[in-house]
Amino acid sequence: MGCGMGKSEPLLKKCHQAISAALLIQRWYRQHVARLEMRRRCTWNIFQSIEYAGEQDQIKLYNFFGFLMDHFTPASSERNLISHIFRKNEICRDTEWERYFCYKSIEVTKIYTGPHLTFPMMFCGVSKLVEAFKHKEQLHARYVLQLLGETWRLLRTFPNISHVIACHTKQITICGDLHGHLEDLLLIFYKNGLPSSDKPYVFNGDFVDRGKNSLEILLILFGFLLVYPNDVHLNRGNHEDHIVNLRYGFTKEVLGKYRVHGKKILKLLQMIFSWLPLATVIDNKVLIVHGGISDTTDLDKIACVDRQKYASALRPPKMKVHGCMTKMNENREREACGQWKAGVDSAPDHWHDLPRRSLNNTPVCSKLDLSVDEKLNRRCRLSGFDQARCELKNSDSYLESKTTETDLDEWKQIVDMLWSDPMPQNGCIPNEVRGGGCYWGPDVTEEVLRRNNLQLLIRSHECKQDGYEFCHNRRVITIFSASNYYEVGSNRGAFIRMGPDLVPHFIQYQASTTCRELTLRQSVGWTERSALQALRKQLFVHRSDLISAFQEFDPNNKGMISVTHWASTTERVLNLGLPWRVLRPQLVSSTQHGMMDYQQWIKELSITEPKLEISDNNILDTMYKNHSNLETIFRIIDTDHSGLISFKEFHQTWELLRSHLKTEISAKAIADLAQSIDFNKDGSIDINEFLEAFRLVDISAHN
Amino acid sequence: MAESKQSAEATVSDVQKKIRAAFEAFDYESNNTVDVREIGTIIYSLGCFPSQADLHDLIAEVEEDQTGYIHLDSFLPVMSKDLLLQAFEVLDKEKRGYLEPEELTKYMTQEGEIFTQEEMDEMLTALADHEKNVVYYKDLINQLTIDPDM
Repeated sequence: MGCGMGKSEPLLKKCHQAISAALLIQRWYRQHVARLEMRRRCTWNIFQSIEYAGEQDQIKLYNFFGFLMDHFTPASSERNLISHIFRKNEICRDTEWERYFCYKSIEVTKIYTGPHLTFPMMFCGVSKLVEAFKHKEQLHARYVLQLLGETWRLLRTFPNISHVIACHTKQITICGDLHGHLEDLLLIFYKNGLPSSDKPYVFNGDFVDRGKNSLEILLILFGFLLVYPNDVHLNRGNHEDHIVNLRYGFTKEVLGKYRVHGKKILKLLQMIFSWLPLATVIDNKVLIVHGGISDTTDLDKIACVDRQKYASALRPPKMKVHGCMTKMNENREREACGQWKAGVDSAPDHWHDLPRRSLNNTPVCSKLDLSVDEKLNRRCRLSGFDQARCELKNSDSYLESKTTETDLDEWKQIVDMLWSDPMPQNGCIPNEVRGGGCYWGPDVTEEVLRRNNLQLLIRSHECKQDGYEFCHNRRVITIFSASNYYEVGSNRGAFIRMGPDLVPHFIQYQASTTCRELTLRQSVGWTERSALQALRKQLFVHRSDLISAFQEFDPNNKGMISVTHWASTTERVLNLGLPWRVLRPQLVSSTQHGMMDYQQWIKELSITEPKLEISDNNILDTMYKNHSNLETIFRIIDTDHSGLISFKEFHQTWELLRSHLKTEISAKAIADLAQSIDFNKDGSIDINEFLEAFRLVDISAHN
Repeated sequence: MAESKQSAEATVSDVQKKIRAAFEAFDYESNNTVDVREIGTIIYSLGCFPSQADLHDLIAEVEEDQTGYIHLDSFLPVMSKDLLLQAFEVLDKEKRGYLEPEELTKYMTQEGEIFTQEEMDEMLTALADHEKNVVYYKDLINQLTIDPDM
């Protein structure tokens, strides 16, 4: 279709036309890019919110276990089920450990085609290892144990804080989270060169979990550490923690790759993780730590802690606080009601500043009963951190109360370093989104840097679209090295190169050849679809709660609810801090005059039902909502890591979960469930089959 | 050149205004809808002379579910799409259906609200067909419609 134009046009008109045409095209394109960017940020938020909600979940579960440990009688069978995860590293003599981890009896037979290692480790050995992993070979269990043993011995000689002096001739390379993404590590080595005494590296934690090659990454990093102990520096991350590993895939990976020796390998790694240094300082000026800081961060204190006491940063040492834990459970319920959350209604003006977490973006508006300050205070109290300290100080019924308080202090220092995140506002408040550590503000950065005579803080812990990000007046850098973290095309990875002038230079990359060819538009669309899928699953999982909440606004049972109510209610139930009104067009197919049919909407989420016939909806719902929790509990209970648990253990798992969640599930329902999933009728349940049967499948993905 | 640019800018927003004005003239109930039978008249009044087939296609695209009415919100983007197509056709003098990267670059970086080199590179990466290395603008316009709601 075209407008009629005369063939012979005056020159001026032709110019005029060309300019108008160019202008129109430019405007169109720029608008398109802006919309893409907005969508990308929105997608980002979705992934991040779900990720952090999962972490929060994990910590709640772990706190619940702690509660059990402290409050159940010693004879209780539930307690016995989980007590082994709390057993402190027994004060064994080194010789005993040596015997336990002895690799000498493990024979390397002729059928093994992987790399052979000799010790002491040399450069050619570790580069052989890198090549082998590049070709997807697996290292023999004997060599794994040997390498890990050597690493453990070495790490014990390191201080809590590594000090590095920048040298005239060398640049130091700093990498962030890798999370099992071997392809990213290989890409870094390709772009930057392998570690050596001329090429020092700092790896800032979170080497494991989520990705498929966590173990290979560890072995490579430890290999280089053994060869160049003065030039390779590893910082502990919050995922270098066996409890976290239970949930996020590392435990599963190791047990899957090493069926016979996996358990030993995991135990040895547990000890190695606790021996990893907590921070690195360059030239006494640049602090590198995985999570961040808090207003109480004291490097001198940290230098003195007995770091190996903290096998898992999630649990404080020997904390026996009476009232505290119950309060925490109460608070959890209050959280579930979301009383402190105002319905965050994102108006379009906020698009450039989408709420990453509702905490940072709660608008002060007339709808709120409390002022922002009051709400923040309430959150502090609800977190239980201050509570714990109060209770502790007030009680005098233990002999070791003094030691316990120092322990608590130390523990807080470590948790803050591994779990905290920066925030734009001043101050320092508990990090409730993750469940551990703090949110710290630019004033805290200035103060801590000043107090410790530092000029820059480099941390990781948060995924960034471009692989890195400055904040707090460029005094804090977040560096993240796992590209495509949420989804193919979701983000780039980056690393820092720094010379003696201590000026950071950033190199960015994105692994995987396919995504480089994707156009901007395609990769945003892809990631977006993936995020929406994840979000739809979350919505489905909470459908009963959602429907009951919607019904509060539908007293006449018409099945309709206004879009405004839909948005505020969904936020209240899901607690993800997402801009639901902005997302509505992609989640709700049709509205009429600002109203929507919510029953129909839930149906349209297009998630398939499980393959099993379960009539009890309560169990179903609980299953979906607590998929990860269940898996974690299973893996804890399955002490011999066989992948099978007995009916009795299965029942106990549900008992545990039931008490944690305070839901009503009849014993009969659980027994029926057990029967129906014992597929081969041998009286035991295969964990993987069970979880697979309940994995939610988004059928719309097949369209 | 500056005056041309100013007047060109005016032309672009002028056109949008013209479309709205033409629409309003036939919007008897002041609810931003017009009877589908009036669409032909509206379009002719804007100085465009589509064939009957083209007109038919346009109506099929914008009519609200056989109601016999067309809403401004559906009409505007389609007309805008059409204008955009014309804009590309002005640059594609031989009407080949595509633009070479160099041609597009010349216009984008020299006329109108000039693109930076970075923007230009990004645009070509995003829009150019990877194999043939040309910009098939017709398909792109259809795929990347401007949604007035967003």
